[in-house]
Amino acid sequence: MITFENVTKTYPRQLKPALSAVTVDVAEGEFVFLVGASGSGKSTFLRLVLREERPTSGRIHVAGRDLARLSSWKVPALRRQMGVVFQDFRLLPNKTVAQNVAFALEVIGKPRQSIRQLVPEVLDLVGLHGMSTRRPDELSGGEQQRVAIARAFANRPALLLADEPTGNLDPATSVGIMKLLDRINRTGTTVVMATHDAAIVDSMRKRVVELDIGRVVRDQSRGVYGYTH
Amino acid sequence: MRAQFVLSEVSIGLRRNLTMTVAVIVAVAISVAFLGTALLFRSQVQTMKGFWYDKVEVAVFLCGPGSDAPGCAAGSVTQQQREQILAELQAMPEVEQVYYESQQEAFEHFSEQFADSGIVENVEPESLPESFRVKLRDAEQFRVIATNLAGRPGVEQIQDMREVLGRIFRVLNWFTLAAAVVAGVQLVAAMLLIANVIRVAAFSRRRETSIMRLVGASRFYIQLPFLLEGALAGLIGALVAAAGVVALQRFLVEDVLRREFTFVAFVGWDEVWRTIPLMLATGVVLAALASAVTVRKYLRV
Repeated sequence: MITFENVTKTYPRQLKPALSAVTVDVAEGEFVFLVGASGSGKSTFLRLVLREERPTSGRIHVAGRDLARLSSWKVPALRRQMGVVFQDFRLLPNKTVAQNVAFALEVIGKPRQSIRQLVPEVLDLVGLHGMSTRRPDELSGGEQQRVAIARAFANRPALLLADEPTGNLDPATSVGIMKLLDRINRTGTTVVMATHDAAIVDSMRKRVVELDIGRVVRDQSRGVYGYTH
Repeated sequence: MRAQFVLSEVSIGLRRNLTMTVAVIVAVAISVAFLGTALLFRSQVQTMKGFWYDKVEVAVFLCGPGSDAPGCAAGSVTQQQREQILAELQAMPEVEQVYYESQQEAFEHFSEQFADSGIVENVEPESLPESFRVKLRDAEQFRVIATNLAGRPGVEQIQDMREVLGRIFRVLNWFTLAAAVVAGVQLVAAMLLIANVIRVAAFSRRRETSIMRLVGASRFYIQLPFLLEGALAGLIGALVAAAGVVALQRFLVEDVLRREFTFVAFVGWDEVWRTIPLMLATGVVLAALASAVTVRKYLRV
């Protein structure tokens, strides 16, 4: 699903690379934790997968596409195959829960008929049944993150990227979110989650890729967060 | 492409930024109105030129009893001189037609033209010169006539009526140019304003556009609402300007000028209808262009 071959990314006007010589292979259907301290390159990794950034050197394949050779007008098609979730939810405050999810489908040109069907379906899936007319500011943090996950998953992407999805949530709520992500992963969706929540990583026992100052220092198939933290 | 989605985004955008939208509409309206006025003024000058140049000829005034021009030293024009001048005029290839205007006819035209002013009572047929009125094939050929006949015995003066009018038309052309320059400056200002409005709009909707980008909305979906927003504001402004021009034609030209100045030709509705599409196109295209440039700069896909 994701292949990084010797990928280095140096941002403009910076001396040290954010990622250096990273080689990672994420298979279809995998659940991978991306761990490491702030500034270790987790977000850069996700931005490269989204093709928000382009690597300075090295090759990246995502969902069978060579990102170096992907022309910019095909980037939207690539992004329709993935969903993204952030620490700060990024919901539209003036839209209801259902409208927030529908928005993501409308703007990629889904027919209204299927939007009407997909939105309640995915809201049920994330456990927000009956909340479709609420606005984000009437929801708890965990519920807001569920809306964000529903939005990311509404189009049934093959890949779900999560950038510290539990960063703003208390431990109990975080467990609920992790259960949801695990369930989504069980439907066959590949999940890559950047986090520094040690308790979660330790409890899930999934593959762990640890980054440190832009380098992969550990890649364990059923790992824990680490020993140094 | 879901038209409804894009249209609702456009209307939200325009309403969210209502004061700026009004500013854009006013700016576009003023600039496009100036443009339309300049275009119509140009047609007006052309219409007047055609109207006057059609009527105006070269006048070859012949010596009368009181003339003191050098060619009139021998007194009034003689019958022989008159016939010779006529023959020469008719022989010139540049001349299309020659009319003779006697003193009596000159007096009649004069009385007609100044019927209201009372000058007529002080003028007698004998005090007006007789003349040949020459219509040229090409109005620019006046010099040929002048150099051939000037100073000839029996010729008092040769006058190109166009020269008198030419001065008026030069002034009118300056007006046209001034209106065009104002229109141009205003259009640039309007475009800058539109660019700013779109920039603000892009900023105020950055949440939406960033989500659209992430879920894989195409450039079309992301940028089109902003382009339409600019174009729509431009169109409304241009429509206001068009309404202004129509009102000007209706209430100033048709109701007042055409009635008061019956001897002048004015631009008609056909010119107005020909100018309006141009005004609308200018408003829409320039507004869309300004938005497109801004959107490309501020909305990365």
